[in-house]
Amino acid sequence: MFLRDVVMVQPAEVAEAPDSDVPSLTKLFVNFFFVSIIGFGGVMPWAYRMVVEQHRWMTSEEFAEVMAFSQFLPGGNIINFAVVLGQRFHGALGSIVCVVGLLIAPSTIVIVLSTIYLHFGQVAAVHDALGGVAAAAAGLILAVAAKMAKPLFTRKGVLPLCCAAVVFICIGLFRLPLYFVVAAVAPVSIAIAWRQIR
Amino acid sequence: MSEDDFEIWSLAVTFVTLSFLAVGGVNALVPEIQRQVVDVHGWMSANRFTDFFAMSQAAPGPNLTVISIIGWVVAGLPGVLTTNVAFIAPTSILTYFLSRTWEKFRKARWRMAIQYGLLPVTIGLVAASSYVLSTNSGDGLLPVLITGTVAATVYWTRIHPLILMAAGASLGIAGFV
Repeated sequence: MFLRDVVMVQPAEVAEAPDSDVPSLTKLFVNFFFVSIIGFGGVMPWAYRMVVEQHRWMTSEEFAEVMAFSQFLPGGNIINFAVVLGQRFHGALGSIVCVVGLLIAPSTIVIVLSTIYLHFGQVAAVHDALGGVAAAAAGLILAVAAKMAKPLFTRKGVLPLCCAAVVFICIGLFRLPLYFVVAAVAPVSIAIAWRQIR
Repeated sequence: MSEDDFEIWSLAVTFVTLSFLAVGGVNALVPEIQRQVVDVHGWMSANRFTDFFAMSQAAPGPNLTVISIIGWVVAGLPGVLTTNVAFIAPTSILTYFLSRTWEKFRKARWRMAIQYGLLPVTIGLVAASSYVLSTNSGDGLLPVLITGTVAATVYWTRIHPLILMAAGASLGIAGFV
Protein backbone atom coordinates (compact mmCIF):
# COMPACT_ATOMS: atom_id res chain seq x y z
CA MET A 1 0.00 0.00 0.00
CA PHE A 2 2.62 2.44 1.13
CA LEU A 3 4.98 1.32 -1.60
CA ARG A 4 2.31 1.72 -4.26
CA ASP A 5 1.55 5.22 -3.03
CA VAL A 6 5.16 6.18 -3.34
CA VAL A 7 5.87 4.51 -6.65
CA MET A 8 2.68 5.07 -8.61
CA VAL A 9 0.38 7.67 -7.18
CA GLN A 10 2.87 10.30 -6.24
CA PRO A 11 4.46 10.93 -9.62
CA ALA A 12 1.01 11.15 -11.20
CA GLU A 13 -0.07 13.63 -8.58
CA VAL A 14 2.96 15.75 -9.08
CA ALA A 15 2.37 15.82 -12.81
CA GLU A 16 -1.30 16.72 -12.42
CA ALA A 17 -0.89 19.27 -9.66
CA PRO A 18 -1.82 22.77 -10.78
CA ASP A 19 0.76 25.52 -10.63
CA SER A 20 0.14 26.53 -7.04
CA ASP A 21 2.28 29.65 -7.24
CA VAL A 22 0.13 32.68 -7.96
CA PRO A 23 1.52 34.26 -11.15
CA SER A 24 2.64 37.86 -10.81
CA LEU A 25 0.86 40.65 -12.70
CA THR A 26 3.92 40.99 -14.91
CA LYS A 27 3.83 37.30 -15.73
CA LEU A 28 0.14 37.48 -16.63
CA PHE A 29 0.71 40.55 -18.80
CA VAL A 30 3.67 39.06 -20.64
CA ASN A 31 1.84 35.78 -21.30
CA PHE A 32 -1.32 37.40 -22.67
CA PHE A 33 0.83 39.77 -24.72
CA PHE A 34 2.64 36.88 -26.44
CA VAL A 35 -0.51 34.85 -26.96
CA SER A 36 -2.15 37.83 -28.68
CA ILE A 37 0.76 38.21 -31.11
CA ILE A 38 0.93 34.57 -32.16
CA GLY A 39 -2.86 34.18 -32.21
CA PHE A 40 -3.50 34.28 -35.95
CA GLY A 41 -7.03 33.25 -36.80
CA GLY A 42 -8.20 33.24 -33.19
CA VAL A 43 -6.50 33.43 -29.82
CA MET A 44 -8.49 30.65 -28.17
CA PRO A 45 -6.33 27.59 -29.00
CA TRP A 46 -3.21 29.46 -27.92
CA ALA A 47 -4.86 30.59 -24.70
CA TYR A 48 -5.66 26.95 -23.97
CA ARG A 49 -2.04 25.98 -24.50
CA MET A 50 -0.82 28.76 -22.23
CA VAL A 51 -3.36 28.43 -19.42
CA VAL A 52 -3.89 24.68 -19.24
CA GLU A 53 -0.79 23.02 -20.67
CA GLN A 54 2.08 25.41 -20.02
CA HIS A 55 1.26 27.04 -16.70
CA ARG A 56 -1.59 24.90 -15.34
CA TRP A 57 -3.46 27.95 -14.13
CA MET A 58 -6.65 25.99 -14.83
CA THR A 59 -7.58 22.38 -15.51
CA SER A 60 -9.01 21.48 -18.90
CA GLU A 61 -12.52 21.23 -17.39
CA GLU A 62 -12.24 24.61 -15.68
CA PHE A 63 -11.10 26.11 -18.96
CA ALA A 64 -14.12 24.72 -20.82
CA GLU A 65 -16.48 25.91 -18.10
CA VAL A 66 -15.08 29.45 -18.01
CA MET A 67 -15.03 29.58 -21.80
CA ALA A 68 -18.70 28.60 -22.04
CA PHE A 69 -19.54 31.34 -19.55
CA SER A 70 -17.44 33.88 -21.48
CA GLN A 71 -19.17 32.93 -24.71
CA PHE A 72 -22.62 33.23 -23.22
CA LEU A 73 -22.11 36.73 -21.83
CA PRO A 74 -22.05 39.71 -24.21
CA GLY A 75 -18.65 40.99 -25.32
CA GLY A 76 -15.63 39.34 -26.86
CA ASN A 77 -15.32 35.86 -25.37
CA ILE A 78 -11.53 35.86 -25.11
CA ILE A 79 -11.78 39.25 -23.35
CA ASN A 80 -14.30 37.88 -20.86
CA PHE A 81 -12.05 34.88 -20.36
CA ALA A 82 -9.11 37.16 -19.56
CA VAL A 83 -11.31 39.03 -17.07
CA VAL A 84 -12.17 35.83 -15.18
CA LEU A 85 -8.59 34.51 -15.19
CA GLY A 86 -7.12 37.79 -13.98
CA GLN A 87 -9.80 38.04 -11.31
CA ARG A 88 -8.90 34.63 -9.89
CA PHE A 89 -5.32 35.63 -9.13
CA HIS A 90 -5.35 39.39 -8.54
CA GLY A 91 -8.94 40.67 -8.49
CA ALA A 92 -9.88 43.68 -10.59
CA LEU A 93 -6.27 44.69 -11.21
CA GLY A 94 -5.54 41.21 -12.56
CA SER A 95 -8.49 41.47 -14.96
CA ILE A 96 -7.33 44.82 -16.27
CA VAL A 97 -3.74 43.65 -16.73
CA CYS A 98 -4.82 40.53 -18.67
CA VAL A 99 -7.20 42.45 -20.96
CA VAL A 100 -4.69 45.22 -21.69
CA GLY A 101 -1.98 42.61 -22.32
CA LEU A 102 -4.29 40.90 -24.79
CA LEU A 103 -5.25 44.04 -26.72
CA ILE A 104 -2.30 46.37 -26.84
CA ALA A 105 -0.17 44.62 -29.47
CA PRO A 106 -2.95 43.58 -31.91
CA SER A 107 -4.54 47.05 -31.72
CA THR A 108 -1.23 48.69 -32.53
CA ILE A 109 -0.69 46.32 -35.44
CA VAL A 110 -4.10 46.94 -37.05
CA ILE A 111 -3.76 50.70 -36.57
CA VAL A 112 -0.47 50.63 -38.46
CA LEU A 113 -2.01 48.42 -41.17
CA SER A 114 -5.06 50.65 -41.56
CA THR A 115 -2.85 53.76 -41.82
CA ILE A 116 -0.85 52.12 -44.59
CA TYR A 117 -4.13 51.13 -46.23
CA LEU A 118 -5.45 54.69 -46.13
CA HIS A 119 -2.33 55.79 -48.02
CA PHE A 120 -2.34 52.97 -50.55
CA GLY A 121 -6.01 51.95 -50.50
CA GLN A 122 -6.46 53.29 -54.01
CA VAL A 123 -4.16 50.56 -55.24
CA ALA A 124 -6.68 48.14 -56.70
CA ALA A 125 -4.68 45.04 -55.73
CA VAL A 126 -4.95 45.90 -52.01
CA HIS A 127 -8.71 46.19 -52.19
CA ASP A 128 -8.97 43.01 -54.27
CA ALA A 129 -6.83 41.04 -51.84
CA LEU A 130 -8.88 42.24 -48.88
CA GLY A 131 -12.07 41.29 -50.74
CA GLY A 132 -10.74 37.74 -51.02
CA VAL A 133 -9.72 37.72 -47.35
CA ALA A 134 -13.19 38.98 -46.34
CA ALA A 135 -14.88 36.20 -48.31
CA ALA A 136 -12.61 33.63 -46.63
CA ALA A 137 -13.17 35.20 -43.19
CA ALA A 138 -16.92 34.92 -43.81
CA GLY A 139 -16.32 31.20 -44.34
CA LEU A 140 -14.51 30.90 -41.00
CA ILE A 141 -17.43 32.61 -39.30
CA LEU A 142 -19.95 30.36 -41.04
CA ALA A 143 -18.04 27.31 -39.81
CA VAL A 144 -18.30 28.65 -36.26
CA ALA A 145 -22.07 28.99 -36.69
CA ALA A 146 -22.27 25.43 -38.05
CA LYS A 147 -20.27 24.02 -35.13
CA MET A 148 -22.46 25.84 -32.63
CA ALA A 149 -25.59 24.59 -34.41
CA LYS A 150 -24.62 20.91 -34.10
CA PRO A 151 -26.49 20.28 -30.82
CA LEU A 152 -29.63 21.84 -32.31
CA PHE A 153 -29.80 19.14 -34.98
CA THR A 154 -29.37 16.21 -32.63
CA ARG A 155 -32.15 17.04 -30.16
CA LYS A 156 -34.65 19.68 -29.07
CA GLY A 157 -36.86 19.53 -32.18
CA VAL A 158 -37.35 22.18 -34.80
CA LEU A 159 -38.33 25.26 -32.75
CA PRO A 160 -34.80 26.42 -31.76
CA LEU A 161 -33.78 26.08 -35.41
CA CYS A 162 -36.72 28.30 -36.37
CA CYS A 163 -35.53 30.93 -33.88
CA ALA A 164 -32.05 30.85 -35.45
CA ALA A 165 -33.58 31.14 -38.94
CA VAL A 166 -35.77 34.11 -37.97
CA VAL A 167 -32.74 35.94 -36.55
CA PHE A 168 -30.71 35.17 -39.68
CA ILE A 169 -33.44 36.42 -42.04
CA CYS A 170 -34.21 39.61 -40.06
CA ILE A 171 -30.55 40.62 -39.64
CA GLY A 172 -28.85 39.13 -42.71
CA LEU A 173 -31.50 39.68 -45.39
CA PHE A 174 -33.62 42.57 -44.08
CA ARG A 175 -30.82 44.34 -42.13
CA LEU A 176 -33.13 45.17 -39.25
CA PRO A 177 -31.61 46.74 -36.11
CA LEU A 178 -30.11 44.06 -33.90
CA TYR A 179 -31.72 45.13 -30.62
CA PHE A 180 -35.28 44.85 -31.97
CA VAL A 181 -34.62 41.40 -33.31
CA VAL A 182 -32.85 40.12 -30.20
CA ALA A 183 -35.47 41.67 -27.90
CA ALA A 184 -38.22 39.91 -29.86
CA VAL A 185 -36.64 36.49 -30.41
CA ALA A 186 -34.52 35.92 -27.27
CA PRO A 187 -37.48 35.73 -24.81
CA VAL A 188 -39.30 33.29 -27.10
CA SER A 189 -36.20 31.16 -27.49
CA ILE A 190 -35.53 31.15 -23.73
CA ALA A 191 -39.16 30.18 -23.05
CA ILE A 192 -38.82 27.27 -25.49
CA ALA A 193 -35.62 26.14 -23.75
CA TRP A 194 -37.32 26.49 -20.33
CA ARG A 195 -40.08 24.12 -21.40
CA GLN A 196 -37.64 21.61 -22.84
CA ILE A 197 -35.52 21.36 -19.70
CA ARG A 198 -36.69 18.67 -17.37
CA MET B 1 -19.26 71.10 -28.11
CA SER B 2 -16.71 70.93 -30.93
CA GLU B 3 -17.08 68.54 -33.83
CA ASP B 4 -14.34 66.28 -32.46
CA ASP B 5 -16.06 66.03 -29.10
CA PHE B 6 -19.25 65.16 -30.87
CA GLU B 7 -17.58 62.34 -32.82
CA ILE B 8 -16.02 60.96 -29.63
CA TRP B 9 -19.41 60.92 -27.91
CA SER B 10 -21.06 59.27 -30.90
CA LEU B 11 -18.35 56.61 -30.87
CA ALA B 12 -18.77 56.05 -27.14
CA VAL B 13 -22.56 55.73 -27.27
CA THR B 14 -22.47 53.52 -30.37
CA PHE B 15 -19.93 51.09 -28.95
CA VAL B 16 -21.39 50.85 -25.45
CA THR B 17 -24.69 49.87 -27.09
CA LEU B 18 -22.97 47.41 -29.41
CA SER B 19 -21.07 45.76 -26.55
CA PHE B 20 -24.25 44.66 -24.80
CA LEU B 21 -25.61 43.25 -28.06
CA ALA B 22 -22.49 41.19 -28.68
CA VAL B 23 -23.84 37.81 -27.64
CA GLY B 24 -21.43 35.62 -29.59
CA GLY B 25 -18.72 38.28 -29.75
CA VAL B 26 -17.78 40.48 -32.69
CA ASN B 27 -18.55 37.63 -35.10
CA ALA B 28 -22.24 38.10 -34.32
CA LEU B 29 -22.10 41.85 -34.80
CA VAL B 30 -20.85 42.47 -38.33
CA PRO B 31 -24.23 43.57 -39.78
CA GLU B 32 -25.02 45.85 -36.83
CA ILE B 33 -21.55 47.46 -36.71
CA GLN B 34 -21.81 48.07 -40.42
CA ARG B 35 -25.32 49.55 -40.06
CA GLN B 36 -24.10 51.93 -37.35
CA VAL B 37 -20.76 52.88 -38.89
CA VAL B 38 -21.89 53.12 -42.53
CA ASP B 39 -25.63 53.91 -42.60
CA VAL B 40 -26.34 55.68 -39.30
CA HIS B 41 -23.15 57.72 -38.81
CA GLY B 42 -21.61 57.72 -42.29
CA TRP B 43 -18.09 57.28 -40.93
CA MET B 44 -16.99 55.19 -43.93
CA SER B 45 -18.31 53.35 -46.98
CA ALA B 46 -19.47 49.74 -46.82
CA ASN B 47 -16.52 48.77 -49.04
CA ARG B 48 -14.03 50.29 -46.68
CA PHE B 49 -15.68 48.71 -43.65
CA THR B 50 -15.39 45.29 -45.29
CA ASP B 51 -11.72 45.94 -46.06
CA PHE B 52 -11.05 46.94 -42.45
CA PHE B 53 -12.86 43.92 -41.10
CA ALA B 54 -10.82 41.66 -43.40
CA MET B 55 -7.66 43.38 -42.14
CA SER B 56 -8.52 42.75 -38.51
CA GLN B 57 -9.26 39.10 -39.29
CA ALA B 58 -5.97 38.57 -41.10
CA ALA B 59 -3.90 40.30 -38.39
CA PRO B 60 -3.00 38.43 -35.18
CA GLY B 61 -5.05 38.81 -32.01
CA PRO B 62 -8.73 38.83 -31.13
CA ASN B 63 -10.97 39.75 -34.08
CA LEU B 64 -12.54 42.65 -32.18
CA THR B 65 -9.53 44.79 -33.16
CA VAL B 66 -11.73 46.11 -35.98
CA ILE B 67 -13.13 48.50 -33.34
CA SER B 68 -9.63 49.98 -32.90
CA ILE B 69 -9.48 50.67 -36.63
CA ILE B 70 -12.88 52.37 -36.59
CA GLY B 71 -11.85 54.55 -33.63
CA TRP B 72 -8.56 55.43 -35.34
CA VAL B 73 -10.15 56.36 -38.65
CA VAL B 74 -12.89 58.47 -37.06
CA ALA B 75 -10.99 60.30 -34.32
CA GLY B 76 -7.33 59.22 -34.07
CA LEU B 77 -5.84 57.96 -30.81
CA PRO B 78 -8.64 59.36 -28.59
CA GLY B 79 -11.02 57.49 -30.88
CA VAL B 80 -9.14 54.22 -30.37
CA LEU B 81 -9.25 54.61 -26.59
CA THR B 82 -12.94 55.52 -26.74
CA THR B 83 -14.07 52.57 -28.87
CA ASN B 84 -12.02 50.10 -26.83
CA VAL B 85 -13.13 51.32 -23.42
CA ALA B 86 -16.74 51.73 -24.56
CA PHE B 87 -16.87 48.28 -26.11
CA ILE B 88 -14.89 46.35 -23.51
CA ALA B 89 -15.39 47.96 -20.09
CA PRO B 90 -19.18 47.52 -19.61
CA THR B 91 -19.29 43.83 -20.52
CA SER B 92 -16.03 43.12 -18.67
CA ILE B 93 -17.49 44.62 -15.51
CA LEU B 94 -20.60 42.50 -16.03
CA THR B 95 -18.44 39.40 -16.43
CA TYR B 96 -16.41 40.32 -13.36
CA PHE B 97 -19.43 40.55 -11.09
CA LEU B 98 -21.40 37.65 -12.56
CA SER B 99 -18.68 35.01 -12.72
CA ARG B 100 -19.07 33.86 -9.09
CA THR B 101 -22.88 33.94 -9.18
CA TRP B 102 -23.03 32.03 -12.45
CA GLU B 103 -20.78 29.35 -10.97
CA LYS B 104 -23.06 29.00 -7.97
CA PHE B 105 -26.24 28.41 -10.01
CA ARG B 106 -24.72 25.81 -12.31
CA LYS B 107 -27.63 23.40 -11.93
CA ALA B 108 -30.44 25.96 -11.77
CA ARG B 109 -33.21 25.61 -14.36
CA TRP B 110 -33.31 29.34 -15.18
CA ARG B 111 -29.61 29.37 -15.86
CA MET B 112 -29.82 26.44 -18.24
CA ALA B 113 -32.87 27.97 -19.97
CA ILE B 114 -31.00 31.24 -20.58
CA GLN B 115 -27.89 29.43 -21.75
CA TYR B 116 -29.71 27.09 -24.16
CA GLY B 117 -32.23 29.74 -25.19
CA LEU B 118 -29.58 32.24 -26.29
CA LEU B 119 -27.76 29.64 -28.38
CA PRO B 120 -30.14 29.76 -31.40
CA VAL B 121 -30.09 33.58 -31.30
CA THR B 122 -26.29 33.57 -31.35
CA ILE B 123 -26.21 31.05 -34.20
CA GLY B 124 -28.60 33.19 -36.25
CA LEU B 125 -26.49 36.30 -35.62
CA VAL B 126 -23.21 34.64 -36.48
CA ALA B 127 -24.66 33.15 -39.69
CA ALA B 128 -26.03 36.57 -40.66
CA SER B 129 -22.57 38.11 -40.12
CA SER B 130 -21.08 35.57 -42.47
CA TYR B 131 -23.73 36.32 -45.09
CA VAL B 132 -23.32 40.10 -44.90
CA LEU B 133 -19.53 39.92 -44.98
CA SER B 134 -19.51 37.53 -47.92
CA THR B 135 -21.98 39.53 -50.03
CA ASN B 136 -20.04 42.74 -49.25
CA SER B 137 -16.70 41.32 -50.25
CA GLY B 138 -17.29 41.31 -54.00
CA ASP B 139 -19.79 40.91 -56.83
CA GLY B 140 -21.12 37.78 -58.41
CA LEU B 141 -21.02 34.21 -57.28
CA LEU B 142 -17.34 33.80 -56.48
CA PRO B 143 -17.28 35.35 -52.98
CA VAL B 144 -20.12 33.02 -52.01
CA LEU B 145 -18.18 30.05 -53.41
CA ILE B 146 -15.04 31.04 -51.49
CA THR B 147 -17.07 31.46 -48.30
CA GLY B 148 -18.77 28.08 -48.74
CA THR B 149 -15.54 26.28 -49.57
CA VAL B 150 -13.67 27.78 -46.61
CA ALA B 151 -16.57 26.99 -44.26
CA ALA B 152 -16.67 23.35 -45.39
CA THR B 153 -12.88 23.04 -45.16
CA VAL B 154 -12.75 24.45 -41.64
CA TYR B 155 -15.70 22.37 -40.54
CA TRP B 156 -14.36 19.03 -41.77
CA THR B 157 -10.56 19.41 -41.71
CA ARG B 158 -7.93 20.92 -39.43
CA ILE B 159 -6.23 23.22 -41.95
CA HIS B 160 -4.90 26.41 -40.38
CA PRO B 161 -7.28 29.35 -40.99
CA LEU B 162 -4.42 31.59 -42.09
CA ILE B 163 -3.69 29.35 -45.10
CA LEU B 164 -7.31 29.72 -46.22
CA MET B 165 -7.18 33.51 -45.83
CA ALA B 166 -3.98 33.60 -47.89
CA ALA B 167 -5.77 31.55 -50.55
CA GLY B 168 -8.66 34.01 -50.47
CA ALA B 169 -6.25 36.93 -50.85
CA SER B 170 -4.58 35.26 -53.86
CA LEU B 171 -7.94 34.70 -55.56
CA GLY B 172 -8.80 38.33 -54.85
CA ILE B 173 -5.57 39.65 -56.38
CA ALA B 174 -5.98 37.33 -59.36
CA GLY B 175 -9.15 39.33 -59.99
CA PHE B 176 -11.75 36.70 -59.27
CA VAL B 177 -13.58 38.51 -56.47
